[in-house]
Amino acid sequence: MYATRTRRARPEPFDLRPGVAERLGLPYMDLGLIVAAVGLLAFSVFVLAEATRGDVPGDPNYFFERQAIYGALGIVGMLALTRIDYSRFRELRVGIYTFMCVSISLVFVFGVAARGSRRAFDLPFFSFQPSELGKLLLILALAGFVIDGARRGSERQRTARYLLLGFAPAALVFLQPDLGTSLVFGVATLAVIYVAGVRWTHFATIMATIVASIAIVLVVAPALGTPVLKGYQEERLTSFLAPSEDPADAGYQQNQAKIAIGSGQKTGRGDQATQTRLDFVPERHTDFIFAVVGERYGFLGAAFVLSLYALLIWRALRIVTLSKNLYGTLVAGGIAAMLMFQVFVNVGMNLGIMPITGVPLPLMSYGGSSVIATLLAVGVLESIHMQARLSQKSRSAW
Amino acid sequence: MYLRTDDRRPPLSTGLALRVAIIGGVTLALFAVLLFRLWYLQVLSGDRYLAEANDNRTREVRVAAPRGEILDRSGKVLVRNRVSLALQVDPQKLPRRAADRQGLLSRIGNLAGIPPRRLRRTLHEEVVVSPTSPATLIQDVPSDLFYYVRENQDRFPGVDAGRVFVRRYPNGTLGAHLFGNVNEISDQQLKEPRYRNLEPGDLIGQDGIEYSYDRYLRGQAGVTRVQVDSFGRPKGELSVSEPKPGDNLRLTIDSRLQAAGEGALAAQALPGAFVAMDTSSGAILAMGSSPTYDPADLINPTQAEVDAIYRDPVAAPIYNRAISGLYPTGSTFKPITSIAALASGVVTPFTTIIDDGAFTLGGITFQNAGGASYGALTMQPALQVSSDVFYYTLGNELDKLGPGAHGTMLQRWARRLGIGHETGIDLPGEQPGLLPTPAWRNQLYRKDLTDRPWSGGDAVNLAVGQGDLQANPLQMAVAYSTIANGGTVVRPHVGGIVEDAAGRVVREIEPGAARELPIEPQWRQTILDGLHDAAQSPGGTSYSVFGGFKVPVAGKTGTAERPPYADQSWYVVLAPYPDPEIVVAATFEQGGFGVDAAAPAAATILSEYYNAAINAPGTGGIVE
Repeated sequence: MYATRTRRARPEPFDLRPGVAERLGLPYMDLGLIVAAVGLLAFSVFVLAEATRGDVPGDPNYFFERQAIYGALGIVGMLALTRIDYSRFRELRVGIYTFMCVSISLVFVFGVAARGSRRAFDLPFFSFQPSELGKLLLILALAGFVIDGARRGSERQRTARYLLLGFAPAALVFLQPDLGTSLVFGVATLAVIYVAGVRWTHFATIMATIVASIAIVLVVAPALGTPVLKGYQEERLTSFLAPSEDPADAGYQQNQAKIAIGSGQKTGRGDQATQTRLDFVPERHTDFIFAVVGERYGFLGAAFVLSLYALLIWRALRIVTLSKNLYGTLVAGGIAAMLMFQVFVNVGMNLGIMPITGVPLPLMSYGGSSVIATLLAVGVLESIHMQARLSQKSRSAW
Repeated sequence: MYLRTDDRRPPLSTGLALRVAIIGGVTLALFAVLLFRLWYLQVLSGDRYLAEANDNRTREVRVAAPRGEILDRSGKVLVRNRVSLALQVDPQKLPRRAADRQGLLSRIGNLAGIPPRRLRRTLHEEVVVSPTSPATLIQDVPSDLFYYVRENQDRFPGVDAGRVFVRRYPNGTLGAHLFGNVNEISDQQLKEPRYRNLEPGDLIGQDGIEYSYDRYLRGQAGVTRVQVDSFGRPKGELSVSEPKPGDNLRLTIDSRLQAAGEGALAAQALPGAFVAMDTSSGAILAMGSSPTYDPADLINPTQAEVDAIYRDPVAAPIYNRAISGLYPTGSTFKPITSIAALASGVVTPFTTIIDDGAFTLGGITFQNAGGASYGALTMQPALQVSSDVFYYTLGNELDKLGPGAHGTMLQRWARRLGIGHETGIDLPGEQPGLLPTPAWRNQLYRKDLTDRPWSGGDAVNLAVGQGDLQANPLQMAVAYSTIANGGTVVRPHVGGIVEDAAGRVVREIEPGAARELPIEPQWRQTILDGLHDAAQSPGGTSYSVFGGFKVPVAGKTGTAERPPYADQSWYVVLAPYPDPEIVVAATFEQGGFGVDAAAPAAATILSEYYNAAINAPGTGGIVE
């Protein structure tokens, strides 16, 4: 009889089976970005739970619960996006662009009006605001157009074409009317073509034109009797220059926000935060949530929030430089600029140094569309990061 | 140039690196801006904003203190309070837009059943008076409307439903001219030192006793600090300080005497006034003026009431003629002339002057009233019959002594006795009147405001209370009481005792004498005797009225020419003779002879005084 050699199972020197972390792609993710995004979201839920308890009669946790649900949905969407190679969006650019424009246009037909503006569809679970998701969709589509339009036309024609592609949906949003979001569209467009390497002379011309248009819209046109902006829009844009005592004025709201933040001092007033608790600051769960943070948690809390945003944007800019392809660079640049613009405009508005434009604070302001769209944008950033890491890995392995 | 366009992983080109670096730099700069701004607001200016936030959330609700009551000398209530439900507006919190304001007023008007136009006018008037202070829009609103507004505060921005205290006058028109009225403090008044610590919307006395004794009567408003939200809805009390009611004021006024006096005025149906005063202390026992008005009408006057009370230039009910009337006094001035002549040695009580019915000076002849002549007279009978010639002579002799610092001896003594300047009574609106002097008239003449300089004729006229002289009953009462009490010029007052709500005396009002005059007992005696004869000896000027009076008195008639009107009727009486304790002065515009209108009125008042005094136990010294 042959002695049979029994094969003893020996442990592999390297475990080749992918673990849960590997399946989720965690080793290839930018953890700083995730920490910043989830941290902000968690803080938002916490602030809403503390500051808006009892705001909605009969449902003390209304805002808190909903924001938590939106956040959870958004995180799921974000993780799902990281598993997709973002480069697929480049191929879908025409479809994405069309979907974006159509969904924004449909708001004019089926949208629900709130405070004089049609921005959202009323869905069974929440009201969906296409322009929030549209910011991300525009960046994804426009970056694709920029890359594929490369050999068509002169450089000047290309610049004009990209601007037109970006500003057309911005104009649609402006007509809803939603001045703040349309500005975000414009900034995202500019950021994409800026990162794409538009000539400095073109860029300077565009900026000069924008400055001139602002001057015309705010100063020249009203003087000639043909105002472009609605009265309340113009008032909101200019009122931060002149605080007012009238509760109906935009300047009053901003002044109250300023008082709220200032009264928070170094460590905040906690439950003594009368400015935001007694309705002196309007829209405290959305546009003026930073004032709530400032009053309740003081300089410590507000600076903490700002540092999370700094982390978020720093990681986004880093991803711009890491991307495995130009498409990823453009998309990451657009998203980074979009986030930066929203943070600066919203916080600046709370601090009384920027006009009131109705731009939500990403991940902090209450609102499903905004929270989910921002988390999806973070997911796209993670996807770019992950693809870059994977391609590095495969290249080094090869 | 756009970057390479074949979509492969680009090595980080210098162009892209530069662009990302610029974005990074801009981001850093923007974050720095936000962080510095945050630092500035929260750390550097935090204290200020915290104060603003606290100021924002707290409202001080002032709870008006009930005003003190005004009582007569025996404790009878003359002025008290009642609670009225009122809608008040704060002009600064009203809607800014005219259309919104209009809508608000129509809503209130419809609910209250008042034409919005009238509300608008009320609001407009109140706001013109003081643009920053709360104004009462409607008083005495029904309670259902009151609570409706209170519970729907956000639908009525700037409108406040509150309880206010309103004055109530249980005796109708009695003492109307004394009390004055109570109204919201004006912006002008808020700046005055006497209204320190008051706030817009507080009620203060605007006239009369309410004004003079405001600091006792008004009390101290309570303050409730409440936390409010941005709509002004209360969210809980932070602190409460209770209002402190005003002190009560007991007057020197005797309401029975007051009623009798006002009845006597009304009986004559002529504009006029009277004063009844204690000759030794200056305490006013009664003081009235006719025509009168209902003080309750001043609380919330309608246009018709404003026109009738304030704007009628002839009847002028709002004027207290007892202290602000400007009348020549006629012969009631003669005791003053007597004192001046005796004091300056022009005559003695025994000097005889022949009254042949006329007195000629510089070609002008002055005659006795009615063309009478009384022959040889000393001062006492001259007063009894009211000889003008006797006093023309005294006036002329006094004038011949020459002018001193304050005019001649006549003006100097008249001034010392209280003519030509305020007596200092504790009521606002007192008029000084006019005591003509050579310096005064000559100055007018130099300025071409009169046709001639001072002449002997002016002195002669003044000696009998004619010419340019202007005085009021209170001044005459002070002058007569000075003679009667032997030289003490009293400071008249209506305020008696300030008592707190529990009845404890806070302050006794005793203003004391204004000055002492050297009046010889003999002069006093001569004048009192003359006045007693005038009232109660046959042949005396007011014997027909006082001849049968149950108490010996000393009184003087006056009939003053006051062109273009009919004669001013005067009577001043001291009682009891020979040691008077009360003086009554009464005057009527166009009342004719003193004995016809003023003397009966004075008699009515005096007899009420003695009725009360006789009925009161323990009061002696009455001669039946």
